[in-house]
Amino acid sequence: MIPISVRFEPRERLSRWTNVWVPFFAIVLALVIAGIVLAVSGHNPITTYQQIIEAAFTQPGAFTQTLVSTTPLLYTGLAASIAFRMRIWNIGAEGQLYLGSIAAAGVGLYLQNLPAPVVVIAMMAGGAVAGSLWAAIPGALRAYLNTNEILTSLFLNYIADYLMYYLIFDSTSFWRDLTSPAARVFPQGKFLPASGNWPALSIGSVTVPLGLILAIVLAGLLWGMIRGTRYGFEMRVMGDAPRAAKHAGMNIRRKILSIMLLSGAVAGLGGASQVGDFRHVLDPRGLEQAQFGYTGIVVAALARYNPISAVVAALGIGVLTNAGLALQGPNFPIGLTGTMEGILLFCVLGSEIFVRYRLRIGRTSGPVAPRRAEAAPGPARTAAEIASTERRELAS
Amino acid sequence: MSGINANLGISIIVSAILYGTPLLFAGLGELFAERSGILNLGVEGMMLMGAVSAFWTSQKMSGPSWLVLLVAVLAGALAGALMSLIHAFLSITLRANQIVSGLTLTIFAGLIGMSSYLGSVLSLGDQAGRHSFSDINLFGLKDVPIVGPILFHESALVYASWLFVILSLVYLYRTRTGLHLRAVGESPRAADAMGVNVTRYRYIHTLLGGALAGVGGAMFTLQIATNWIDGLTAGAGWIAIALVIFAFWRPDLLLVGAYLFGAFLGLGYDLQARGFTAIPTEFWSALPFIMTIVALVVASTGSMRRRLGAPAALGLPYAREEG
Repeated sequence: MIPISVRFEPRERLSRWTNVWVPFFAIVLALVIAGIVLAVSGHNPITTYQQIIEAAFTQPGAFTQTLVSTTPLLYTGLAASIAFRMRIWNIGAEGQLYLGSIAAAGVGLYLQNLPAPVVVIAMMAGGAVAGSLWAAIPGALRAYLNTNEILTSLFLNYIADYLMYYLIFDSTSFWRDLTSPAARVFPQGKFLPASGNWPALSIGSVTVPLGLILAIVLAGLLWGMIRGTRYGFEMRVMGDAPRAAKHAGMNIRRKILSIMLLSGAVAGLGGASQVGDFRHVLDPRGLEQAQFGYTGIVVAALARYNPISAVVAALGIGVLTNAGLALQGPNFPIGLTGTMEGILLFCVLGSEIFVRYRLRIGRTSGPVAPRRAEAAPGPARTAAEIASTERRELAS
Repeated sequence: MSGINANLGISIIVSAILYGTPLLFAGLGELFAERSGILNLGVEGMMLMGAVSAFWTSQKMSGPSWLVLLVAVLAGALAGALMSLIHAFLSITLRANQIVSGLTLTIFAGLIGMSSYLGSVLSLGDQAGRHSFSDINLFGLKDVPIVGPILFHESALVYASWLFVILSLVYLYRTRTGLHLRAVGESPRAADAMGVNVTRYRYIHTLLGGALAGVGGAMFTLQIATNWIDGLTAGAGWIAIALVIFAFWRPDLLLVGAYLFGAFLGLGYDLQARGFTAIPTEFWSALPFIMTIVALVVASTGSMRRRLGAPAALGLPYAREEG
């Protein structure tokens, strides 16, 4: 046996400094690993990174496109953040976003002769309600029957996907364009008239979609809710110490359901924004290929489920997603987006232990014990407590 | 019973076995990982990596077909195992959240990730498969009525899956290592006190899980589809994870569940092939997912609410806190 032991010891203090350098190091490491993957598959990493930056920021109109990619990711990132913060694993933002798109497109088409502001607000409401109702299925099943919400919310994504395909490709539904010549060649949805196109803000040469402004406001509101309200407090207690929440007499079932409804509403709004801001039509293929819901999980995890950080994380992943669209082709196949997102998240996830623990490399029978005995109380316990909150029964 | 009905029944069972076998392989793998206490939600991604690696190997290699296929399946297993190694390292050594780590694995390896990247870098998308598994007439009993086409006319992968189920049952319930494995999943602290190396058991079984998921994926590109399309497993990995729950973590029940859901997956194809189009195709495609939700609900209600068979330490990191 090699007489060397590698192990993690709880840190005695949780410093702000480790909170900064650990993620920073993780991101650098991710860039290096992704660079190796690129190099092995025959691409020059430096050139590719340069192209990503150019496609995201420096080329004319690039930043506007980056914001287009950022907007839906902020919605799905927020949807995942608030649910995951409470350890409700809503993997269904994908399907909730689809339902939001279906509803918003339906409302927009149905009310098209009303004044534009009315149509826009009705689309938002429709998207939020539809997303919320779709999320209510796994939410209620988890809350009242203790059914695993990870799997039910995920399977509902597939069902929602087939529903969209049915509406546009396999039926004569209200959403489908049955008259235009293009639609006779290849099935497509009815395009919304101008009243259903959401306005956008122009700052210099950059166009900021209404949906993005709404999402940023929403991020602020959700952050305030988690930080400053009784509801948010209870939510944090249930996420960090579920047993304490139970003993304090909180209505856990209602909380689970309401968080799912809220999470679904946010994802549904993202779906409405897809129709109102960008596509102006129910576009099953486009939405399916974008995988906004799953990518939102990456955003939420990078932001450590903090709504304000989610804005930054969504922008970061937006840059990557945008590169995938702008550089599409042999130099940047679509699969590279998910690969790089995965590497980034693996590195950040793997690095988290270094915030709470210190890596000790020493001899197996070395005299480490005495110091550890002294260090028991105080902040070290806080670190251990944080670790122990992860021990919540996975349940269902 | 008329002959036509009997034929229809047999063809439904045959397709249930065909589409159920990848679920069975991937489900067995997940079962082993979960029995050791590691929840791996990356099955879909591992299957896709297995599928793409197996297909690439079978396209590149030359030699007798059986050898090519064998090596291709092993390549799929290796790819799946490598993917699961990432999850194992993060969740066992670095104690990361298993749910998030597994989901990341599916994003990393899945539909818009590594498997798709490899498919395009190696330009597999527009290739027709050169080798595929065909049905073997075992003991020459293929023509025996009813049981012949079901039991004695299957591919080597299907026979291998049956062997695996038997081996898994023996391993889990009749060997010392199997006993230790169950102990690690139920109470890692107690297992540790018994002298079982918890970390080693968790690594080995998570890797085994990845390898079996890779084999399940390989079956898509080597038998079911015989070509490569991005995301061709279409949710099979997720159904496999659900199957483990309603099989109560038991290999024998997993076999039943896999064929039941294999039947749902195959039903749509069969009925369409027979010109039955009264119900839209999307419904048949969504049916397995609807039924999985129903089965999950049933499994979580009533007397089953106490999570019969779930390893008690599932999803929890284990660290020996000395002192």
